[in-house]
Amino acid sequence: MTEIATSVFPRSPAARRDIGIKRRYAAERRFRAYGVAAILIGLLFLFVLLWTVVSKGYTAFQQTTITLPIEFAEKVIDPKNERAANPAKLMSANYPLLVRDALVKTLGIDPANRAEVKKATDMVSASARTQLRDIVVANPAVIGTTLNVSLLASGDIDSANKGQINLEVEESKRKVNDRQLAWMKTLSEDGVLSKEFNTGIFTSGASSRPEASGIGVAALGSLYMMLIVLVLALPIGVAASIYLEEFAPKNRLTDLIEVNINNLAAVPSIVYGLLGLSIFINFAGMPRSAALVGGLVLTLMTLPTIIIATRAALKAVPPSIRSAALGLGASKMQMVFHHVLPLAAPGVLTGTIIGLAHALGETAPLLLIGMVAFVVDYPGSPMEPSTALPVQIYMWANEAERAFVERTSGAIIILLIFLVVMNLGAILLRRRFERRW
Amino acid sequence: MNIMTEAAVEKALDQKMNTVSHKMVGKDVSVYYGEKRALFDVNLNVRENTVTALIGPSGCGKSTFLRTLNRMNDTIESCRVTGRITLDEDDIYDPSIDVVELRARVGMVFQKPNPFPKSIYENVAYGPKIHGLARTKAEFDQIVETSLQKAGLWNEAKDRLHEPGTGLSGGQQQRLCIARAVAVSPEVILMDEPCSALDPIATAKVEELIHELRANYTIVIVTHSMQQAARVSQRTAMFHLGNLVEENDTDKMFTNPDDQRTQDYIMGRFG
Amino acid sequence: MNTSLILLLVLVIGLATYLAGRARALATSKGKLSALHSLPGYHGTYAAICATIPALLVLALWLVAAPVYIDNDIRSSLPETVLAEGEATTELALGQVKSIAGGLKLLNAAELSTLSDDPANLREVLAAKGVPLAGEGEAYMVGSAQRFNTLTTASRYLMAAAVFLVAVAGAVLALRGIKTPFRARNQVERVMLGALMLASSIAILTTIGIVGSMLSETIRFFQSVSPVEFFFGTVWDPRFSAAGSSDTSGQFGLLPLLAGTLYIALVAMLFAVPIGLFAAIYMAEYARPAVRSAVKPLLEILAGIPTIVYGFFALVTVGPFLRDISAELNGLVTGNYVSFIQAQSVLTAGIVMGIMLIPFVSSLSDDIITQVPASLRDGSLGLGATRSETIKRVVLPAALPGIVGALLLTASRAVGETMIVVLAAGVAARMQLNPFEAMTTVTVKIVNQLTGDLEFNSPQTLVAFALGITLFFITLCLNIYALYIVRKYREQYE
Repeated sequence: MTEIATSVFPRSPAARRDIGIKRRYAAERRFRAYGVAAILIGLLFLFVLLWTVVSKGYTAFQQTTITLPIEFAEKVIDPKNERAANPAKLMSANYPLLVRDALVKTLGIDPANRAEVKKATDMVSASARTQLRDIVVANPAVIGTTLNVSLLASGDIDSANKGQINLEVEESKRKVNDRQLAWMKTLSEDGVLSKEFNTGIFTSGASSRPEASGIGVAALGSLYMMLIVLVLALPIGVAASIYLEEFAPKNRLTDLIEVNINNLAAVPSIVYGLLGLSIFINFAGMPRSAALVGGLVLTLMTLPTIIIATRAALKAVPPSIRSAALGLGASKMQMVFHHVLPLAAPGVLTGTIIGLAHALGETAPLLLIGMVAFVVDYPGSPMEPSTALPVQIYMWANEAERAFVERTSGAIIILLIFLVVMNLGAILLRRRFERRW
Repeated sequence: MNIMTEAAVEKALDQKMNTVSHKMVGKDVSVYYGEKRALFDVNLNVRENTVTALIGPSGCGKSTFLRTLNRMNDTIESCRVTGRITLDEDDIYDPSIDVVELRARVGMVFQKPNPFPKSIYENVAYGPKIHGLARTKAEFDQIVETSLQKAGLWNEAKDRLHEPGTGLSGGQQQRLCIARAVAVSPEVILMDEPCSALDPIATAKVEELIHELRANYTIVIVTHSMQQAARVSQRTAMFHLGNLVEENDTDKMFTNPDDQRTQDYIMGRFG
Repeated sequence: MNTSLILLLVLVIGLATYLAGRARALATSKGKLSALHSLPGYHGTYAAICATIPALLVLALWLVAAPVYIDNDIRSSLPETVLAEGEATTELALGQVKSIAGGLKLLNAAELSTLSDDPANLREVLAAKGVPLAGEGEAYMVGSAQRFNTLTTASRYLMAAAVFLVAVAGAVLALRGIKTPFRARNQVERVMLGALMLASSIAILTTIGIVGSMLSETIRFFQSVSPVEFFFGTVWDPRFSAAGSSDTSGQFGLLPLLAGTLYIALVAMLFAVPIGLFAAIYMAEYARPAVRSAVKPLLEILAGIPTIVYGFFALVTVGPFLRDISAELNGLVTGNYVSFIQAQSVLTAGIVMGIMLIPFVSSLSDDIITQVPASLRDGSLGLGATRSETIKRVVLPAALPGIVGALLLTASRAVGETMIVVLAAGVAARMQLNPFEAMTTVTVKIVNQLTGDLEFNSPQTLVAFALGITLFFITLCLNIYALYIVRKYREQYE
């Protein structure tokens, strides 16, 4: 006993005993390095992700246009002069011919050389037809005059103009041929072909042509849904939290609700899509693809988030405030609505904004309720077919064309800007009104 | 009182210094938390194989001083220490001194018992394991047994060595923490109000233990209880508002203190 | 009189009752407000509640009950021959009657009378008005349709009258009851409490809705495909049956989908857990507050990015990158520049999902680690342990249950994730072990089966609900167990 004791409990000078300092500090440094590396890897991914989106997407905010002097010739638009009797004639006139004639004239091609003419007309987007039609229908007086009209260049020409097409590739294997490139050069020297800020991406609806498609319609659908979520989820969420936090007796039922809410917050979002399809569309007979159904589904999905945030905010109000109100003879309801809720409001709003931001980016449940829809026109009400911003991104991501990758990234940039603004708003709100008790 | 010349006083003090050896010496120790100064130029010597009690009203800096002795203050971001503290003549704040090595020599027992959520055996074996003080199972078993015996816990714990340490009673937990500190075989053990969370019976046991440990270790104990200081310590230091008011033999301190404030505190005039 | 107009009317009555009630309470108090038990506003609110709530209940009940009653009435008015042919034919006829009824409203009196005399060209007449009919109308249908229209109109008027009556009666009764000692506030607060309870029951109702709706569709699915075939089938091949051939309904084996789901989730967790955990440890134990307050929100940006963006990232960046780099590697080793990683593969989906999960792991674990009491750290440091020794031997073991809970929650998210796998994992339902090949998941197939034009009663669409409920129960178990562990953990250190 004594022998062992002296060996394992050496008396002074203990300073000289070897406790492996060097080795242990090496381990310490390694461990720290793992931590730093982990954080750097995380940040690296964040950077690569954002950089991918921005580098692929910023060009979507520019659009190549070709400005041509279009002669609205009566013999093309309305050869038999029957527009007075039948205005619908103007809807189906041969507008691409106007574009062709203008191109032939500007580029000086022989109209008989069909191959050349085809190459030339391929440079202009097929959306030129509707563009010219809209001009004529809006003001039939333009017939017989010549106007300078800015037409969208086709997606391939747009990509080539932005330098996104590899010109080293053999001509037959690339989408823009040498003839078109030569024309592009002369046209842009003449100022006919130019890059402009792309307003179309903000205002247009769905289109099979990348150059003519935009997020306008989808954004309106998302706006409807966000309004529905705000109007429904905020009051219901706050009411539910008030009941659970301030009034509910502590028993098994409230325990069950508590577990239930926490679970609902972690249920996969796609399950809410199935719920919406089965209950709102199939059982209640609401229309498919409608923003109303999307809004309801997102409301159910956002409620748990709002309830959890609101309960935390209510919990943070100190009991002394409650006692003070009750001590003055206020009823419990008055105490909650006059004192506790106003003090908790910043926390409630922050939670709501974060919930809304989450709902804005949500895609999966919307796919199931038919929001994967080709919607060209702005929906006039939440009952009409519409689509949503993230769903539009999903649809574009599935398109094969190069120009759609650019559009997709552009739409993602817009979506991320919305989210950043909302989250910044939440942070500012928290900073501005945060109280420490 | 006899009148002494200055030289005589010096001589007497020198003699005294030669008879006792100082394990740790603090010279002009000041501690700052950010802008706030918590300790003012404290000069305090800790004698070897002695129990030194630090007393004083709460917030007086006694715990702060204790924590400077094994640099536990390092874990607080804004904390800064000036002055000089030596352990066997080595400045413990010198860059060449390693804090891990220091703490292996100057162990600490905390106010609230804080056993790790592991078995009793593993709690005690933790220190030897990280410092590589034992290799074989037999060596570990020996350390655990000896340490628990020294902490007076062996008889209560020997049949439940592999049960969680958190399952013990408060007093047993604190003795487990002492055993845990002892197992590293430090030279100095710091105790920060080790009995404040314990009931009187558990306190008595821990005090008895401190008394026994004195033979092998140098002990510094912070306590808010003057009776405890009187019971367990040979030297007592009184802190007030970040200053060291008086340091003296415990007997003298409690019968005839030099400083008026010490007297007031001991008489219970403030606290 | 349409429903929204009735609604508006009720609200107007409510507002008027509120004002009247307040005025009456003020008058009763005779200028001495303290004589009233409750403030005049409460009396007004109580009166308004009495006026509106019962009326709205009547409205809601009527809107639900009337169509059922009318349908039953029309159904019984159908000829015996139709009723004899079974439920499907009856429902079809009923639907046709309703669309004819809608069309009839567009006709003028002259057209109507000709139609009643000669119902043969019913379809043409209605088509001219822009109402397409699914089949040729039968003669009896015009009569039934007219009866339907009469009943609907009558019901509408009756409903308006009933709602109006109830509203006014409620208002009058409440207004007459206003007296100084009347406890209006207590009554109003009871109603408010009821509303609050109702709101909190929505959470329960949602769960019941999820389980109920999916279960009923799943039971319908199991009527055509046996549960054994679904749960233990190893082949997923839900051929959309060609018209006419009813028996080639395909095979609905869950196992390949489940295998893909779990495999991808596993790859994602293998990727996310070490990174997330080490990041959490560094931030909780080492990082200075300034670093922490900068890095934590930055990492949490990853959690705020919509999953569709991750899907796109996988599709255009990570997938092609892995494919190309595998071709390069293959070329360097064998001289044959053929890629062995497909652009859509378990690895692609797993890595991208892993990136998405990093912030979940790190912030959940960070919370858990910071809850480990400082006294344990002090105890270890005080014995001379280094920081990393303290973390590895004291902090992490103490935090382990909480961390396991956090990881289970993360796993539940990985299993239920949809958009990343839809874009990055592929659609081939295969059971294999090569992470470089494409596999598919439960969520991908739910999306596949339910997008596009669908007829609701085929097993091909109903299987989506069976998949959904499987997914729901897997995540439910993970969530509840994880929440239980985390809760226990929190209580331990509170």
